[in-house]
Amino acid sequence: MRSNVLAALTGALFGAGLVLAGMTDPARVIGFLDVTGRWDPSLAFVMGGAVLVYAVLYRLVLRRRAPWFGPAFHLPTRDDLDRALVLGAAVFGVGWGLGGLCPGPGIVVAGAGLPTGLVFLAAMIAGMYVQRQIARRASR
Amino acid sequence: MHYRRAVSTAWLLALAGGALIGLASTLLLLSHGRIAGISGVLGALVPPAAPGAGWRASFVAGMLVAGVLAAVVAPGQLGGSPRSLPLVALAGLLVGFGTRLGSGCTSGHGVCGLSRLSRRSLVAVSTFMATGVLTVWLVGGAA
Repeated sequence: MRSNVLAALTGALFGAGLVLAGMTDPARVIGFLDVTGRWDPSLAFVMGGAVLVYAVLYRLVLRRRAPWFGPAFHLPTRDDLDRALVLGAAVFGVGWGLGGLCPGPGIVVAGAGLPTGLVFLAAMIAGMYVQRQIARRASR
Repeated sequence: MHYRRAVSTAWLLALAGGALIGLASTLLLLSHGRIAGISGVLGALVPPAAPGAGWRASFVAGMLVAGVLAAVVAPGQLGGSPRSLPLVALAGLLVGFGTRLGSGCTSGHGVCGLSRLSRRSLVAVSTFMATGVLTVWLVGGAA
């Protein structure tokens, strides 16, 4: 229970960061990707600020033997480059440039009740579902 | 003069917002031992659901609440898409499908992966930045 409350607060903090940064305004995100047009490079500082903080702090956190809740840290272990990684990232980028939203901001803008966010979130969940079904069928 | 001030404010807000995102990602690692990849957190809730539905649903609910609060406190930071709703729906489909196939998005591969100097994340970020820029070049900018 306590762990879920903390997870909710963490999600809210993450969302607040996205709002403060301006990632929740699709027109600005599209402006950030519009390098040959009216380019607005300011959003590069979002990733810059986040990486700056996380790159230092995650190393400190991993000195612990385990997280507060749960027996161990779950970190990605794969290091191979495969077709799914590149193809998936490519498809994601097309969707990002098309709508001006990535998953986090999509959830926040849906929470704000804007039609853009609600439509985007519903479609994103549908896209995730379709991918799961295809992956399951392929592994059978 | 005003223009310059507006630009530097946007950059400072972007930096501060990014720092908050980094802090929240650190907190999720410290508390639950998990990488804060939003597509992964949400995607594992889509049936058939993976373990950890409790903290995942709570995290997503927190993000939705942040949106509710933002609509009241900082509506200027929120925007509808300059694209039509059918295009937004197509965009959502592609983002959902692509992030699951490619195991991550701007947060998991971008923030966490680049911080950890992951080779897979570096390739993923380069790829989605490239196709994002290409798409805006083809479809057109916001203005």
